[in-house]
Amino acid sequence: MNSDPILSVRKLEKRYGNFIGCTDISFDVWPGEVVAIVGESGSGKTTLLNCISTRMERSSGEIRYRMRDRRYPDLAELSEAELRFLMRTDWGFVHQNPADGLRMQVSAGANVGERLMAIGDRNYGEIRRRASDWLERVEIAATRIDDMPVSFSGGMRQRLQIARNLVTHPRLIFMDEPTGGLDVSVQARVLDLLRMLVSDLSLSVIIVTHDLAVARLLSQRMIVMKSGRIVEQGLTDRVMDDPSHPYTQLLVASILEN
Amino acid sequence: MKKPSLPAYNFAYLDEQTKRMIRRAILKAIAIPGYQVPFASREMPMPYGWGTGGVQVTASILGPDDVLKVIDQGADDTTNAVSIRDFFAKVADVATTTRTTDATIIQTRHRIPETPLTQGQIIVYQVPIPEPLRFLEPRETETRVMHALEEYGLVHVKLYEDIAQHGHIATTYAYPVKVEGRYVMDPSPIPKFDNPKMHRSPALQLFGAGREKRIYALPPFTNVISLDFEDHPFKVQRFESRCALCDAQDVYMDEVITDDRGGRMFVCSDTDHCETRRSEGYQGAGLPQHGAAKADWEAAQ
Amino acid sequence: MYVAVKGGETAISNAHRLMADRRRGDRNVPALSVEQIVNQLSLGVDRVMAEGSLYDPELAAMAVRQARGDLIEAIFLLRAYRTTLPRFSNALPIDTNRMHIERRVSATFKDIPGGQLLGPTFDYTHRLIDPSMAGDEAVADPVKRERPTDESCPRVTDLLDGQGLIEADVPSNDDPGDLTREAIAYPVGRDIRLQALTRGDEGFLLALGYSTQRGYGRTHPFVGEIRIGMVDVEVDVPELGFAVCIGAIRVTECQMVSQFKGSTDTPPRFTRGYGLVFGQSERKAMAMSLVDRALRSDEFNEQRLAPAQDEEFVLEHCDNVQATGFVEHLKLPHYVDFQAELELLRTLRREAEIASADTPMSEAAE
Repeated sequence: MNSDPILSVRKLEKRYGNFIGCTDISFDVWPGEVVAIVGESGSGKTTLLNCISTRMERSSGEIRYRMRDRRYPDLAELSEAELRFLMRTDWGFVHQNPADGLRMQVSAGANVGERLMAIGDRNYGEIRRRASDWLERVEIAATRIDDMPVSFSGGMRQRLQIARNLVTHPRLIFMDEPTGGLDVSVQARVLDLLRMLVSDLSLSVIIVTHDLAVARLLSQRMIVMKSGRIVEQGLTDRVMDDPSHPYTQLLVASILEN
Repeated sequence: MKKPSLPAYNFAYLDEQTKRMIRRAILKAIAIPGYQVPFASREMPMPYGWGTGGVQVTASILGPDDVLKVIDQGADDTTNAVSIRDFFAKVADVATTTRTTDATIIQTRHRIPETPLTQGQIIVYQVPIPEPLRFLEPRETETRVMHALEEYGLVHVKLYEDIAQHGHIATTYAYPVKVEGRYVMDPSPIPKFDNPKMHRSPALQLFGAGREKRIYALPPFTNVISLDFEDHPFKVQRFESRCALCDAQDVYMDEVITDDRGGRMFVCSDTDHCETRRSEGYQGAGLPQHGAAKADWEAAQ
Repeated sequence: MYVAVKGGETAISNAHRLMADRRRGDRNVPALSVEQIVNQLSLGVDRVMAEGSLYDPELAAMAVRQARGDLIEAIFLLRAYRTTLPRFSNALPIDTNRMHIERRVSATFKDIPGGQLLGPTFDYTHRLIDPSMAGDEAVADPVKRERPTDESCPRVTDLLDGQGLIEADVPSNDDPGDLTREAIAYPVGRDIRLQALTRGDEGFLLALGYSTQRGYGRTHPFVGEIRIGMVDVEVDVPELGFAVCIGAIRVTECQMVSQFKGSTDTPPRFTRGYGLVFGQSERKAMAMSLVDRALRSDEFNEQRLAPAQDEEFVLEHCDNVQATGFVEHLKLPHYVDFQAELELLRTLRREAEIASADTPMSEAAE
């Protein structure tokens, strides 16, 4: 593992008028590491994810990202062009609802190929070959390459969204409740797939979830949020087995009961 | 009740301030080839979608010594071309022509003449939807950003999808082009057959969209490349038939239905090109080339 | 032998001649005079002036006659004339507070200073076709009231504003934009938006306003006040140093009192939707005020979900001259593009035939 973090967040705050979305957030993400942000709905975890991924403007604080050329700028210093380029090459964003992350009116192949075309690939056969590779990696039959996502099940759509994000070999993936909209039986398969891909590709991942089981399965480190603040962070196994904050204790206890 | 005062109009209809405003937009468009310059399009005495953008551009650049040619679908004699030519003959009293080589300004809808344009000529295109990304992204606010950041991946998604679904790029007209390696541009609904004529043309090419309030331009000798894939290169349509009137080939054809038994023949879409060839002595077969009528004709011989 | 179609010019002139004949109709019936149209079809004339953005009843009446009663065509005629007119000056904002009121109703208060006045309205008429309309029966003179010289008719929204119950009407000295002289760049200011709406198609705005009432972008509207009447138009003359009245125009103003909003900085208060059109057109002014309010959703942090809240959608499609031109241009020849599609379709079908001929039955059956 590289000794420099790929992302560091310092004193991040987001306010909506007088209301605090999240505040006093500081943490680092290291290359190849999966960090889970857990908390109940309204705890500010999605706000935090949106601020870090620049989908939402922060109120104050610092977010630095290690570019491929080793620069380490605050994301606010990047131009819109640079940010958009990052978003379609170096980053991925997996939405809870696959329809938010897919183009539902174009074929599965075009969905996966879009990022390649966006960065200048101009060979139809090559784009198609890579799209079909990726479909197989996410366990979608290559024969479905020309089918529309509307004809796919929820689990397939989510796997297609993952393939669409990974095709450019990004280094950092944001995930917002990636299994939240799926049936329990389908969740396990998507989680397994995610775990495998993350380790094969040594991706860095920031995943937001209210489901501690998902966090335990995927993440090495965990950040627990409540009312817009971090109440506890540490290695996932440590936090789960020996939660120090009373709120975390309550959360962990609640899943053990199930 | 007072008698309403009846209007009088300036040379070429538009007032001089408006012409200056449009000329400024044209100059800006020439300076940034392929970039859509917003302009304060005026209400014209013909309907939106019928060439108001082209008419405003022509009105703004027209001088008393110009010779104007107007075509629609390649022909000088289609009703809308006649109507626009008459308009300028009336409000500007300029000389008009049907000869491509005699014209200083050619206003066109849907075609580029077959006769290559020359230095000093200006071709003015009527444009219905200037935004090449419009049917991929309906929002102006978003397409502006996409142009600014050169985010054109979506255009190739459309072409990819064509090939995946049909085996071909299924865009046959208004085929998107890239200008000087920078802006993706809509060439107006000319058939893609005409796209190569835009590339490094010695003529100045101006595009006017009245309803959408945009002007864009290709200065002479601009690189205009039709978008494609390496392994599915851009190809123009080819007609197997020759013109039934002038025997031309490798030109764009109109298909004419000659009877109700499948009789069809092909003739030049560019009427001036066809007439010129005929005056030079070329003659086509002048007969139906397809269907029952062809068999009848052959039997009669 | 085929000869390319010729004779466009003759065809056009013959068509126009026939159109002029149909427009005139039976020569034994007297021709309509401009005065008749101005007087007896005045609401049609008003609509043409409003959507043509030119206040000139005689020209509008001529346009209605020339267009054979097709109001969108008449609006088009008026617009094409208006665009050639020079601009001498901007008028001062009209003051509807000083309107010579012909009609004034409020749905929010039973009684208001200055009173409610029904005026010339179709409201409360029974919609039965009146046999007297077939002839020319004598019509009684209207009942006239004495206009009190010191009558004050403050706008209902000003009364609410005085109590801080509605968002303040903030005066501005900025020159308003002019969408007929500048290209629109989104997002636009409210000045441009109101201009677009007041010129916008009555039917389109009516449908959009109606959709907000049915839940597509609800605004909880109340008609604070509708007033119709004559207002003076004044122009500053720099040489004189004071404003000069250059005439009077009839306008309809609608102030909609809508959904209240508050924030941490300001206590809750009602919000406004505004409609103002040339002539007498309550339907249009009301629809406009509903759509104006719906389009202000961003200002109040309301989610934009409905068509009426979508500025680009509303402004790009409300102009009936643009809309009719583009829809109707589909009847112009498109045979060059159609030929291109035809050729492609034939190629695709040929390939499909070859492919199906090559496919063994076993695969085809799968």
